[in-house]
Amino acid sequence: MLHRFANPTRFLRIASVVQPWMAWATVLLGGAGLYLGLFNSPADYQQGNSVRIMYVHVPAAWMAMFCYSSMAIAAAVGLIWKHPLADVAAKATAPIGACFTFLALFTGSLWGKPMWGTWWVWDARLTSMLVLLFLYLGYIALVNAFDDPTRGTRASSILVLVGFINVPIIKFSVDWWNTLHQPASVIKMGGPSIDASMLWPLLLMAVAFTTYYLWVLLIRIRTEIIANKIRIARLKQVHG
Amino acid sequence: MSGFMAILKRDLHLATRQGMDNMMVVMFFVIAVVLFPFGVGPEPNILARIAAGVIWVAALLASMLSLERLFQTDFEDGSLELLSLSPITLEVAVLAKVAAHWLTTGLPLIVAAPLLAVLLNMNAEGFPMLIVALLLGTPSLSLIGAVGAALILGSRRGGVLLALLILPLYIPVLIFGVSAVDAVIGGFEANAQLLILGAFLMGALALCPWAAAAGVRQAIE
Repeated sequence: MLHRFANPTRFLRIASVVQPWMAWATVLLGGAGLYLGLFNSPADYQQGNSVRIMYVHVPAAWMAMFCYSSMAIAAAVGLIWKHPLADVAAKATAPIGACFTFLALFTGSLWGKPMWGTWWVWDARLTSMLVLLFLYLGYIALVNAFDDPTRGTRASSILVLVGFINVPIIKFSVDWWNTLHQPASVIKMGGPSIDASMLWPLLLMAVAFTTYYLWVLLIRIRTEIIANKIRIARLKQVHG
Repeated sequence: MSGFMAILKRDLHLATRQGMDNMMVVMFFVIAVVLFPFGVGPEPNILARIAAGVIWVAALLASMLSLERLFQTDFEDGSLELLSLSPITLEVAVLAKVAAHWLTTGLPLIVAAPLLAVLLNMNAEGFPMLIVALLLGTPSLSLIGAVGAALILGSRRGGVLLALLILPLYIPVLIFGVSAVDAVIGGFEANAQLLILGAFLMGALALCPWAAAAGVRQAIE
């Protein structure tokens, strides 16, 4: 199963079929989620309309952790089975994950100003998300720091696995420490404590963010494979 | 074990022969701390409040400064390859090099720390805890740093890259190291913080040699 998709040609064939579906799913689900979230869901009785930031903030934060976890899995697969596409996938995920992390921090900051009265607090959840952003940036820097691209992916795979320690810390930071950031209200024991009228747009947005991630990921992986082919073709030309 | 001692002795010898190189790390530590009274002003109360944090941050940066050379010279002259071919497990060799790094940079920093604490007007009750916390924390810094030092072998602009990779991973040690000292100065127990620092050390001791050895292996492949 794992090695069936290790063949870049087969992957490219599947990817070109899946990619438009992901694009359409992103547009439709994202559009529906935004409409429901911005126009068709109630304003919070305390927070007013600023609660609508949630429909971008929460999925972005989920995706930030999801991307890092996928990177860690891809890196482990790449290190253990020397799976060529896994390395490419990890490398292609990093900038997307970094953008989601930044988006989560940025929207959180916009949300924090009216609610907490400050753009930023040094609270456990915020700090660990900031560390996650640094881990992404460190990974991107390391991957591009070598003249030999395989060395870059190998070294940065180890780094991803070391940095994975941060993901459970982010997830449980709101439970372990007494923080300003609210604890989990969707994924928790005993079901979500959020009303259906707000839960639906949130879930739609979360799915849309995931399909967006897959869409961009496929584009990035295909570009990477093509770039590799060009590099090899150039080398062949040079060496005749 | 004899292999561990041999590598440790070799690295310590190399460090002592180079003389001033290790002192430079301590000097950097002292100068970095001394900058703060100029930066935030000589107000004794403010300095006393930030003393523990400033000393810890400066110690973090100082111990990172010398990390780049942990494997670099051995990588360049080929001794790292010989080490990986020798019957000693690479993990043990890495551990020995980390131990040498801590003895030559971590320990001098701890010796210099009380002096800086005096300069920063730190409350005297915090002195023993500062030393204990640094004793527990700095070995973790060397261990985590070894992973980064192994990963950047052969890269362009290794030093800056190392800071980017390692400093985020240093944050937990910094948090609990500072809070241990602050707790004692505030009149509280610091057992919990010390236990967590000890747990970091145990975890780093168990995991970092493997990660660093994996980094070294892919570098010399």
